[in-house]
Amino acid sequence: MSVSTFGNGNSRSLDRLLPLVLLPVAVMALGPVVRLLLEGIGFGEGFTTDHLRTVLGRDSTRTALIHSLLTAGGGTVLSVLIGASFAFLVALTDIRAKGALVFCLMVPMMIPPQITALAWMQMTGPSSVLLKLLGLAPPLGSPQPLHSAGGIVLLLGIQHAALVFLTLRAGLRMIPADLVEAARMSGAGAVRVWAQIVLPLSMPALIAGGAMAFVTALGNFGIPAMLGIPAGYSTLPTLIYQRLVGMGPAVLPEVAVLALLIGAVAIAGVLLGRVMLSRQGFGLVGLSGTPLTLSLGRARLPVEIALWAFIFAILALPLIALLATSLIPAYGVALSFDTATLKAWAEVLFVQPVTRRAYGNSLMLAVLAAAILMAVSLPLAWLMERRPSRLSRALDALIDLPYALPGVVLSIACILTFLKLPFTDLTLYGTIWIILMAYLARFFVVMLRPIQASLAQLDPAMEEAAASVGARLGRRLRTIVLPLAAPSAAAGAILVFLTAVNELTVSALLWSSGTETLGVVIYNLEDSGETVMASALAMSIVLLIVALMALVQISAKHFPKGVIPWQS
Amino acid sequence: MAELTFDNLTKRFDGAPALDRISASIGAGEFVALLGPSGCGKTTLLRLTAGFEHPDAGTIRVGGDIVAREGRFVPPEDREIGIVFQSYALWPHKTVAQNVSYPLEVRRVPRAAREARVAEALDLTGLRDFAGRMPAQLSGGQRQRVALARCLVFEPRAVLLDEPLANLDLALRASMQEVFTMFHRRTGATMLYVTHDQSEALALADRVAVMQAGQIRQFAAPEVLYREPADCFVAGFVGDGAVVPARLTGRAEAGRVLISVLGVEVWARSATATPSHVSIRPEAIALSDDGALRARVIGCTYLGGRFRLELEVAGETLVAFSARRAALGETLGVTITDPWAFRDPEAETLIARVLNHA
Repeated sequence: MSVSTFGNGNSRSLDRLLPLVLLPVAVMALGPVVRLLLEGIGFGEGFTTDHLRTVLGRDSTRTALIHSLLTAGGGTVLSVLIGASFAFLVALTDIRAKGALVFCLMVPMMIPPQITALAWMQMTGPSSVLLKLLGLAPPLGSPQPLHSAGGIVLLLGIQHAALVFLTLRAGLRMIPADLVEAARMSGAGAVRVWAQIVLPLSMPALIAGGAMAFVTALGNFGIPAMLGIPAGYSTLPTLIYQRLVGMGPAVLPEVAVLALLIGAVAIAGVLLGRVMLSRQGFGLVGLSGTPLTLSLGRARLPVEIALWAFIFAILALPLIALLATSLIPAYGVALSFDTATLKAWAEVLFVQPVTRRAYGNSLMLAVLAAAILMAVSLPLAWLMERRPSRLSRALDALIDLPYALPGVVLSIACILTFLKLPFTDLTLYGTIWIILMAYLARFFVVMLRPIQASLAQLDPAMEEAAASVGARLGRRLRTIVLPLAAPSAAAGAILVFLTAVNELTVSALLWSSGTETLGVVIYNLEDSGETVMASALAMSIVLLIVALMALVQISAKHFPKGVIPWQS
Repeated sequence: MAELTFDNLTKRFDGAPALDRISASIGAGEFVALLGPSGCGKTTLLRLTAGFEHPDAGTIRVGGDIVAREGRFVPPEDREIGIVFQSYALWPHKTVAQNVSYPLEVRRVPRAAREARVAEALDLTGLRDFAGRMPAQLSGGQRQRVALARCLVFEPRAVLLDEPLANLDLALRASMQEVFTMFHRRTGATMLYVTHDQSEALALADRVAVMQAGQIRQFAAPEVLYREPADCFVAGFVGDGAVVPARLTGRAEAGRVLISVLGVEVWARSATATPSHVSIRPEAIALSDDGALRARVIGCTYLGGRFRLELEVAGETLVAFSARRAALGETLGVTITDPWAFRDPEAETLIARVLNHA
């Protein structure tokens, strides 16, 4: 029998070593954000507010800020309208095929924003292949209607509607069914019940979802970059991008201030949501979980048709337009049975070195990020769940930050941190590793939360039983905890993979020749007029993403509740 | 098989004592039940023994080895103590055979020996035909047997059972009790069994430790607990019957005192010459038409074969068994024979407090 004393343990050495995971994780995830904060107050050259004043005083900054607020605000309103309509109808009424409807509403959220923008641009404007095919194209020379603030608002609204939908649906599920039944017993009809009972009770969830949509829209780079830059309409993320691409690392202190500004606006948005929430809080008492099913009666079929028509318009039509563009031999040629060709597909997938390299880079980054995060998150989640300490609780609270903050903020933070590695002359800037570091920090929480959820549901007795029959910590983690948390870890890994493959905002600022990611290449191809190839590449990515989502969906029953974001 | 000894064992949760200076010794091969209401500390004592909790003070010995003391703590994996959880804690990703074989894999037992011992353990618990099943495909009773087999396969020095029958239905409980008795007889293991169900404790255990508020109130054989409870809590918690204050008459003999209960004088068995209360079991009450005490029937429940009567006498409620049904409000004659008189420690402090105030 081996014995340990409190002074010098040997048999429980792993128990002692494991908490050491916390520190590098905290540095990796939060270090860049801290570094950015320091930059804002003149870190390295002594405390100064000069940068702050010069940058904030510029007209370009003010214009970009106003544009950001306008587009993000407008996009949020649209997201709330779409997301809330779907959430109320799906969660409260007896419409059919809810699963398929929800899945289709989720796809726009999972598709990279620059692909959304590209697809929509193929659906409107004078050179739309689809419109030409149908003979509906506006005359040549007329402007692309989406190259405007309105276009940005429309696409931001559609892209983030799913966030509002998910939050609100989760909130609606918390409303005890008996509250609604009580109202109906009092003589209220379906509409009155919705307006006077359900709507007030679901306000907190609606506000939370709206705040999330706002912050996400604020940080969106792909849509304003594709639609705004051609129109000379800049938002904060695109301003940062244009400055940094145009002037190089010399303008870092300046863009750091812009990054802090957008970060501050994002945090203000979150806080405002919190304040409104605290005023709206209700204590809900009663049994929840019984789904409310208000019967739509004869209106059911028309409602279903309307919902599916909407899905068709925001999802299928743009993708069909994208597909149509990807099948023509050259931009400007009309699509017909004679002209249709897979040349662009072959070109991007097999011939062009840039696109092949981008596929390689993106897949490698996504796989590496998923694998590293899975390896770190398992012991970390176990520590947080079973051996909570002050440090682990603080990390738990702050780990959301790199994901919640707009991507440009994290990118600038990473450039600042890794431009010159501490204590060395080495730099990660310009290598693929800086993108990997940024991905690790940003997607940590995407991986950690599902694993935390599954460990929280794991009976501690499972591990105690293993301990009592003689298994040490390492063996318990390997043979008991790992297999039981594996499905959630797999789901988390797929989510990280999906999000990383989609990613443009972070890599747009961190890429250099040779380290392009898919998001960057689509943007560059479109930017240099190679719309057909951009469309083919975009379409191939959409297929990959939908296939991965379907894979997760099919294996849904193996995951604990709350692991898959589009299910609950 | 080894003896378990607790010495001055104390455990506090957020400052509130869950175990308060427990000292007790459980002999090698003994089957001991920890009985008490929820929150009495019985599960805490079990988890301290297993090594899942650190004591705040005191010593735990297993077979003479100190496993927990100030500055010394043997982790659960090194204690060689088996535990059967209330939730069974079967690993859902392993088959029955894999669950049972795990403790031997941990001990690097060679494959051939391992398979033989797993087969033996499965045979003993009647699970031979279920070796390939997953835990999710088993019934509650079968899961319980797997947990037991997993525990017995590595021949632990002691076996702890945490409310193992709480999740089973009544019919299964009886048959599982037989399994535990058989298991104990076959293995001769030291067993510590936590339960809040007195019938389980009295039926299974060699000795029962009745716990309340972090302390052991009495630690004795089941029949002793029933016939000779040490205090009001044990008398009320274990077995049926009434606990009534007693007044001394001054007459006492070896093992007997004459006391005044409910206005009549009765000879009672007692270990003290100065008892404060008397425990009157239903068997100690004889019903007759001409009994000295007049009792009014306030409750009548059929138990199968006999009736349980609640009788009101001089403001106290007695419990008696009767062969015939009694009408509510009916008056019966009662004779008390051979009750047990004891001195409740609380009564002492009560008296002391009253005296202090006077």
